[in-house]
Amino acid sequence: MQSTKSAYGEFLVETASKHPDVVVLDADTSHSTQTLDFAKKFPERFFNMGCAEQNLLATAAGFAHAGKIPFVSCFSLFGSGRAWEQIRNYIAFEKLNVKMVFTHAGLSNAPDGSSHQSLEDIALMRVISNLIVGVPCDAEETHLMLSAIIETLEPTYIRLRRIEEEILEKPYDFNLGKAGIMKDGSDITLVGTGMTVPIILQAENQLKNNGISARVINLHTIQPIDEPVLIKAARETTGIITIENHSTTGGLGGAVTEVVSSKNPCLVKRIGVNNSFGESALTVHELFNKYGLTADNVVANAKAMLKK
Amino acid sequence: MEQDEVTVLKDKPDLDLLKSKAIAIRRQILEMISRVGSGHPGGSLSCVEILIALYFHIMNINPNKPRWEDRDRFILSKGHAAPALYATLAERGFYSMEDQKDLRSIGSNLQGHPDRHRLPGVDVSTGSLGNGLSVGLGITLAGMLNKQNYKTYVLLGDGECNEGLIWEAAMAASHHRAENLIAVIDRNGLQIDGPTEQVMGLEPLARKWESFGWNVLQVDGHDLQGLISAFDKAKLHRHQPSVIIAHLIKGSGVSYMEWVADFHGKPPNDDELLSALEELSKGYK
Repeated sequence: MQSTKSAYGEFLVETASKHPDVVVLDADTSHSTQTLDFAKKFPERFFNMGCAEQNLLATAAGFAHAGKIPFVSCFSLFGSGRAWEQIRNYIAFEKLNVKMVFTHAGLSNAPDGSSHQSLEDIALMRVISNLIVGVPCDAEETHLMLSAIIETLEPTYIRLRRIEEEILEKPYDFNLGKAGIMKDGSDITLVGTGMTVPIILQAENQLKNNGISARVINLHTIQPIDEPVLIKAARETTGIITIENHSTTGGLGGAVTEVVSSKNPCLVKRIGVNNSFGESALTVHELFNKYGLTADNVVANAKAMLKK
Repeated sequence: MEQDEVTVLKDKPDLDLLKSKAIAIRRQILEMISRVGSGHPGGSLSCVEILIALYFHIMNINPNKPRWEDRDRFILSKGHAAPALYATLAERGFYSMEDQKDLRSIGSNLQGHPDRHRLPGVDVSTGSLGNGLSVGLGITLAGMLNKQNYKTYVLLGDGECNEGLIWEAAMAASHHRAENLIAVIDRNGLQIDGPTEQVMGLEPLARKWESFGWNVLQVDGHDLQGLISAFDKAKLHRHQPSVIIAHLIKGSGVSYMEWVADFHGKPPNDDELLSALEELSKGYK
């Protein structure tokens, strides 16, 4: 078990010596985002911008203009929401090499409640041209994804969470932009990202016990999206169920629907937080249960889709 | 002298030459906006002296090497004054105006707001107000981290100072002791809906910047010698960023535009253009 943000914190320290141009900026959240270790070891390369996300992102753009590789961190909602325009006009339009690694995404920041639960960041970020959008499924994939993106020059957004998560067995080689096939089934396709990947794995197991063969896809890169894998799934299975720690509008489900509806229409059922904000709870799992982010819900929807 | 490092020594500025450039650039601005019937004349005309002081005397740049790593940088945070920047960069030799399509026209390098992908000499693409100071801060801090000596100049509008992000950047620049960051405010007293003090009062502006930890200078923004002296002082200042509040006339150089808020975004018609060009050729300013 390890949190995705702690993998990020470790990555920054490792990468600092290999990439001397890396600098890190944070918005007074380094104890939470785990940029703190880098801050302690490389204080001259760490810039705390205080609780001011718009300045955080626009200043990061400046660092990139001057040849640095800025990793920028804060909470997902405030980075992608409050500073959306800075990202759009001053980073993405400029095609600057800024790595935005925001944490506490989705319902994972359970106790803080609705104001801090970003259910819209995938939608907000993937709609901006030139941005890579990645959601690693666990701490190990976080490390792999960060290692991949540091070799690119593209502006990038990586969505991390708050809590410890299990490390999953991943029967594929990580490639940015290529979805990870967890199970190659034939009746129905389950697509998840980030924290919902363990959920669809559980669902696959339950479905198998019911004689249903489910294909399980970890769509870790939302943008650029792996169109061939989705089209193949739409062609070869009855339909697709997407599940995300995010709104049902505009995120993973939206992205998948856009691809298949134009290339190989099939039924797509989107599971997520549906037309609602979040709320406080002591554990994220209570929230996942309440908002239908469960294996049982995936299974029920799969069976319903197959009956059609 | 506070500074203990080598500065680029410039000869005494040729003020007559600079003034003639000001007239030429004002003509260009009016012609390019008029030709297409779109653009921002008022705020473009007001900052001409600032651009001339910077590009023809103060800044350490090389038009043949627009991405030279050690160059001084300039950010037109008030990006709608693009015509002024375009005319200045052309005059300074970054590209030829003859090679360019019309301002704001499809396929033109002279976009409505500066696009650094399309024009050599443009350091940062701007347009959305309030952001340039933050970007300038990042460029400055990167340079200071690298122990480079370049200065980063950011031209702000006074109306632009309504944006909260300006004040985030001001706070951060002072906190991080960004001494190589020099802001200039085009204090022409007008914004789109009217005088700044009626729409969203800025005064006491100088005291605000001082209280944010900046070194503040005030100058008549149309006095080239005064501007140059202010920039020279700002360049020497240590441990704090500097801001030059340049008192200016919006629409400067054209009598019927001066002090008129309407000319923020309204291009002159054919008659108005002719009259303006006549005034300029008589050496109005």
